[in-house]
Amino acid sequence: MKNLDKNEYFFGHKACAGCGGALAVRIALKTLGERAVAVLPAGCMSAVGFNFPQLAFANNAIISTFAGTASMLTGIVSGLRARGETGFTAVGFAGDGGTADIGIQALSGAIDRNDDILYICYDNEAYMNTGVQKSSLTPFGARTTTTPAGDRIRGNIREKKRMFEIVAAHGISYAATASVGYLRDYVEKIRKAAAVRGAKYIHVLAPCPTGWGTGADETVELAAEAVDCGLFPLREFSDGKFRVTIRRTPNAGAIRAHLARQGRFRHLTEEDIEHVISLTAARSNHL
Amino acid sequence: MSGREFLSGNDAFAIGVCLARPRVISAYPITPQTVVVERLSEMAENGSLDVDFIHVESEHSALSCAIGASAAGVRTFTATSSQGLLYMAECLPYASGGRFPIVMMNANRSIALPWNIYGDQSDSLSQLASGWIQAYAQDAQEALDLALMSFYIAEHPKVSTPYMVNLDGFHLTHTYEVVDIPDDSLADEFLPPYRTDAGIDFNAPKNMAFSAGPGHNAAFKYRQHAAMLRVRDVVTEAEARFAGIFGRRYSGLTEAYMTGDADYIIVTLGAVSGLCRDAADALRARGVKAGVLRIRYMRPFPGDEIARELRGAKAAAVLEKDISVGNAGAVFTETAGVTDTPLSNYIGGLGGEDIAEADILEIFDDLRAGRGGVRFLGIKERIDEESR
Repeated sequence: MKNLDKNEYFFGHKACAGCGGALAVRIALKTLGERAVAVLPAGCMSAVGFNFPQLAFANNAIISTFAGTASMLTGIVSGLRARGETGFTAVGFAGDGGTADIGIQALSGAIDRNDDILYICYDNEAYMNTGVQKSSLTPFGARTTTTPAGDRIRGNIREKKRMFEIVAAHGISYAATASVGYLRDYVEKIRKAAAVRGAKYIHVLAPCPTGWGTGADETVELAAEAVDCGLFPLREFSDGKFRVTIRRTPNAGAIRAHLARQGRFRHLTEEDIEHVISLTAARSNHL
Repeated sequence: MSGREFLSGNDAFAIGVCLARPRVISAYPITPQTVVVERLSEMAENGSLDVDFIHVESEHSALSCAIGASAAGVRTFTATSSQGLLYMAECLPYASGGRFPIVMMNANRSIALPWNIYGDQSDSLSQLASGWIQAYAQDAQEALDLALMSFYIAEHPKVSTPYMVNLDGFHLTHTYEVVDIPDDSLADEFLPPYRTDAGIDFNAPKNMAFSAGPGHNAAFKYRQHAAMLRVRDVVTEAEARFAGIFGRRYSGLTEAYMTGDADYIIVTLGAVSGLCRDAADALRARGVKAGVLRIRYMRPFPGDEIARELRGAKAAAVLEKDISVGNAGAVFTETAGVTDTPLSNYIGGLGGEDIAEADILEIFDDLRAGRGGVRFLGIKERIDEESR
């Protein structure tokens, strides 16, 4: 971490206090340096960073269409190469909805072509920019404004889409999961990814105090806790092989405590919590 | 690559694009555009075109990718048609609002439902408000020439606006005619490499394609509109330059045929124009003062030219291959806004329906008889009867 660029590339923006996504973007740009070209689709980070005349990126940065993060990255790489540029990184920062829902087609296309892009999904587990609606990366049980917790719906009833496995199934050059609670691991993975030629994908867990119903000072702790209790394993995929980078055995008590401190899970019944614990154990055994 | 060849509209256009030397092409196949992307792929393969051809997985990505390449400051091309144009529709105002001077060929084709692969102009005319320059070619030679001129006009510093060249699906994309192919070096003389300060810059980094709230939004749109209005002069400049180098002349946003003294004028666009001129010739031989006004550009809209050419005519009809359901054809609606000449509207050629010279003669007969309104060629019922 000490070797990180002292310059800031994402500042003066309007993100909420304790925003995990803003931290993920800031650290990634400090890791990649001034020759990163950032592409951000519609979503929190573009909404807080690009309000003319208050433009918050110190490197080259551009908003893409919501579905077009990956395809715009491809075009930028192609255009800059045609111009004779080398030694740059085209990096995308899209949220969970922008990645696993509306942007998955363009992402799949770019990985399939093995375009030389780094795609970072900052996963705050719902459409936070529009006011906390369910995405396909919203975890089981979470209350959102479109999956209210009542007698009939009881929050989101689906598990998170397995985005990391989906990306790996393309035979991608490099992919990893990360957490803003483990910044050193995140930075190492960005560095590794930047050194690989071809398509790279990093899926970073980035808590959202507003949507999760947590304090602004709890973000980093929550992101670490999600890893430590076994809910969010830190993994890598390269050379066709999966690897766990920080191994944690699921801990039922820790999972309970982690869920209990988040407003979005407060309605869960004992049965729901048992379900989360058993899902986590099953996934861990699979790893 | 020069001389005279027997080519389809698609082939001719692909050669024009090759002569323009784009550095990035991103495209997704759709009938009847496919021949263009196939030819350009062959040119990339045989080395006659030094381009990065990106095989995107959808039209949305085709234009999104093209925007990225254009943001890097290089000459960029894409091509589509019909459903593909609609699928990328979100990216159209994105490209124009960001002032990315991408050139796109659109093979005019019907839009579903009903499914239909044949030609009409419903696709591009549904996107008039997207901020793109829109030109309509009438033959393969003009298609090739527009391929070259489109880049010149789109990338012109006074314009910096994306440009859609429309070719009637099948009627123009798949019919063959003899085409003059410009010499490479003359094409280079006409169209120098694209240079811009507006692209991604590592020495002076930019935030691009940003948000602009209520306090700033209108100013950006106003500038965009002003740039589009400057296209008229830049078209004149480009065509004068083109004539100077290649000897072929074009007439700006419209092309008038015997309209000066005409009593009855058909206003139309695209490949059907030739047929209209034949009909006008036939009527002139019988002493009827018929004329044809071909709209070459729908954006910017040639309101002044249309008003001038229709002035003094007893009646005029707009013949177009689209219907804005519940109103009239889009070209008619816009034309009616600039002229006091009695104006009627003929919707024809939908889904590739043939338009015959007899149909055109019937339109002129209607004009002489003072019949007005919105009519569908080939359908006998009048709209007001049908809707009762």
